[in-house]
Amino acid sequence: MINPLRSEAEAYRFLLLTVGYFAAIALAALAIGTWAGIIVFLGLTLAGAIYVVRASRTEAPRQAVPSRRGRANERRILVIANETVGGERLRNEIHTRSEGYDEHVLVVTPALNSHLRHWASDEDNARLEAQKRLEASLDRLRAAGIDAKGEVGDAEPVQAMEDALRLFGADEIIISTHPEGRSHWLEKGIVETARERFAVPITHVVVDLAAEREDVQEPT
Amino acid sequence: MAVHAEAHHGPPVANQSSRVDAPTLGMLLFIASEVMLFGSFFTIYFFARVVAGPAEWPPPPFHLPVFVAGVNTAILVTSSFTMHWSLQAIKRGNRAGMQAGLVLTVALGLTFLLTQIREYSRVGFSPQDGAFGSTFYGLTGLHGAHVFVGLTILTFTTIRAFRGHFTPTEHRGVEISGIYWHFVDVMWIVVYTTVYIL
Repeated sequence: MINPLRSEAEAYRFLLLTVGYFAAIALAALAIGTWAGIIVFLGLTLAGAIYVVRASRTEAPRQAVPSRRGRANERRILVIANETVGGERLRNEIHTRSEGYDEHVLVVTPALNSHLRHWASDEDNARLEAQKRLEASLDRLRAAGIDAKGEVGDAEPVQAMEDALRLFGADEIIISTHPEGRSHWLEKGIVETARERFAVPITHVVVDLAAEREDVQEPT
Repeated sequence: MAVHAEAHHGPPVANQSSRVDAPTLGMLLFIASEVMLFGSFFTIYFFARVVAGPAEWPPPPFHLPVFVAGVNTAILVTSSFTMHWSLQAIKRGNRAGMQAGLVLTVALGLTFLLTQIREYSRVGFSPQDGAFGSTFYGLTGLHGAHVFVGLTILTFTTIRAFRGHFTPTEHRGVEISGIYWHFVDVMWIVVYTTVYIL
């Protein structure tokens, strides 16, 4: 939403608008009458509300730039996956991205939960299930020779990424999803949202677990 | 494939889910609490005036110094212009402009506060004079306290400006004190219009 006090310049603009707003109401009330003041008040308030609603829809998000962590020869890769870690192409992707570096991989599995349980803070089962999926993913990566660490993240995948970035400071992010049509994350535009929010290269890996077939989209 | 020890020392960088940086967000949350505080005072004022108040407002024989308060309003709004000028100046690397803007802002804010104190001494009623006196002094006094706080912040900002702080890229101290000062002005516009004009 619009925040009129986000910066000094916006606060200054808000002050000028406030002066104009109250001056118009006071002038109408004093020059014509109380009802004229009320009409001007309602009209200006309605116009302001419409402006706020419209402007809030077009406001672009601010990108988060994670601070660099680790040594210069270290490549930090954040992998976000619910249950699709372990595909060969994903493993190859991690190897390719970290070629020539000491790789440092963090797998984050969001503790997916229903809205009702989320609002009721009933997330124990969701975290337990996510922990099981995470351990299975880590086992598969270790079997492929990738020494990854892992953690259960927030139920909201983008928030889970942001939380992990603050602690891990990744050089890039790999988002692993099911194919289109079977992926809730793609339906919700998680990849696009992440690209808007985070100023690091993001690779989207599509893993078709059923067909053991994967497709990789290049980072933007 | 080995995992190496972290090169980073100390606590992790604070999470920033908001699109606003932490110091500015702190000021915004503070201002949000201030808006609620003023809201409670306005609720009392409108209750005393509209629901439980007399037919005529201000109740006879009291009169409000509308003209003097209007001049004071102009002074306070002008101080916002100088505050804005100050920040724009340092953004362009004009240190003298920033310093002049801050000094003028403090001077205008001080003038507003002294004029209000002078107005209190001559207005002809006190907080003990019924709901009218209580709400008048409550609202204008609450705002005056905020002007005092704003002036304190601006004074420190001005001292920092003369000590060589702030650059075209690092001027958060001016930015945040400016946000607070504009908020104080906005609240005065609301107070002046409702208490003195309408």
